[in-house]
Amino acid sequence: MSRERERPDPLAPSQRVASVPESGIRRFFELAAEMDDVVSLGVGEPDFAAPYRAREAAIDSLQRGKTSYTANRGMSELRERIAERVTRYDLDYDPEREILVTAGASEAIDAAFRALVDPGDTVAVAQPSYVSYEPGVRFADGEVLRVPTRAEDEFVLTRETLEAAGAERADLLVYCYPNNPTGATMDADEVAEVAAFCRDHDLGVLADEIYAALTYEGEHVSIAAQPGMRERTVVFNGFSKAYAMTGLRLGYALAPERVVESMNRVHQYTMLSAPTTAQYAAIEALDNCGSDVAEMRTQYDRRRNFVLSRLDEMGIDCFEATGAFYVFPEAPGGDANAFAEDLLQAEQVAVVPGDAFGAGGDGHLRMSYASSLDDLRTAMDRIERFID
Amino acid sequence: MDERAELLDLLRENARYSTTDLARMTGESEQAVEEAIATLESDGTIAGYQAVVDPAKREPEPVRAHVECNVTLDRETSYDDIAERLAGFPEVASLRLVSGDYDFAMEVEADSMGEVSRFVSEKVAPVPEITQTVTHYIMDAYKRAGHRFGDGEADDRLAYSP
Ligand SMILES: Cc1ncc(COP(=O)(O)O)c(C=O)c1O
Repeated sequence: MSRERERPDPLAPSQRVASVPESGIRRFFELAAEMDDVVSLGVGEPDFAAPYRAREAAIDSLQRGKTSYTANRGMSELRERIAERVTRYDLDYDPEREILVTAGASEAIDAAFRALVDPGDTVAVAQPSYVSYEPGVRFADGEVLRVPTRAEDEFVLTRETLEAAGAERADLLVYCYPNNPTGATMDADEVAEVAAFCRDHDLGVLADEIYAALTYEGEHVSIAAQPGMRERTVVFNGFSKAYAMTGLRLGYALAPERVVESMNRVHQYTMLSAPTTAQYAAIEALDNCGSDVAEMRTQYDRRRNFVLSRLDEMGIDCFEATGAFYVFPEAPGGDANAFAEDLLQAEQVAVVPGDAFGAGGDGHLRMSYASSLDDLRTAMDRIERFID
Repeated sequence: MDERAELLDLLRENARYSTTDLARMTGESEQAVEEAIATLESDGTIAGYQAVVDPAKREPEPVRAHVECNVTLDRETSYDDIAERLAGFPEVASLRLVSGDYDFAMEVEADSMGEVSRFVSEKVAPVPEITQTVTHYIMDAYKRAGHRFGDGEADDRLAYSP
């Protein structure tokens, strides 16, 4: 006689996974997949290929048979160069003990949450922001506290918004400037204000600085370089954006020794080491591809000016974004989701509604200018026709 | 970068950018852009504008040769004098003075191999200061003025990514 009681599906998703929703852009992705001639401003990665020298170095390493694992923390030649590179942001990290090379900044972010968050810990997440932070906190059984930044502050994080959200009771703060999706950057005074808040309330900081090299007005300011912050900060950076190496999957974390040790505990079991081929490419990138980065930055800056001018001429409100490769205009009519969907249907232009990036993004659209000027011109012409 | 350098950079990238787009990209007014370009043209900085065309796709496909010229100078004649004389021929597409084994690197373009040969033997070789010429016919072209020839690459990024 068979047992009547039904066993639950042993391969059902865990509650932890089930509680994390699908990405908000999924729906648009499926719509766009059925269309021809889509001009996409929805892309979160460079339109350039990785610098040629970096690609050559990757090929060369393969030809020389450099296909083994590396040290868990990454090749020491690479960590030394990373340490040297970040001195431009007044950051001083010991390549032996305070740098972890990871499979993209994504892995570093995940490893940091798993290494630092206990069940029930509260992680304040400044939003709108990159989509991985909330799921990362939840996968680590932490509680997310959303800290919406405000359009009237041009999406800069302030003490006031931190206080309004009750962030003083959080254990950690995650924030990202230059920001995805808004393109906002923070100047030295603004960073100092956030640093003071974190010191006053004893918060640890996870600072995603992956767009640091793409700052168009003034210099990037790292919160880890603020007085008393180095000991309580983890900095994420990587090669995806500045060096257009998204597909090579290489990033890194900078943190005090004890933090790198605990992150490495996760990393050594889940990743073992970051992709070896990409590490060779990254060494070449840091040694010899500075002019490629400068050239890409120049191109982005021109496109940024172009897109901001076109939006302004159309009467679409947009603050002057000064970093990354995004602008974050208000959605004409106010409903960003409806606007993005109608624009896609009517004119085949892909943009992302701001609420896909969490609280504070409502009523806005993320437009990426990591596209050729021809594509940007076509997209702007179509948007102009659409709102007419 | 100053405005002049910035405009030159943009026009060297794409000479077909409209004045309006140049103004948008540089943050200058259209009038300022127009005036700056007019100055660049009148002072000879910008000698002309031209499409970068894959020669294999021109019909009929022209014949081109890279010609090395050696010269012997005398007291009355300078490189500039010889260059002046050679550059006047419409067959000479480009002309440069170079260091190394020979003096002038010249690109010659004509409708047939015969025309190129005749041009070199009848117009170039007889110049008294030119002591030797070596003609290399161009067999294929891969890159010119920073542009690769071929089919161009499609943007294969996902339409939406975070
Ligand atoms: C703010 C931000 N952080 C991290 C990442 C992930 O970068 P990586 O390719 O290094 O994993 C992205 C990618 O879009 C991003 O926008």
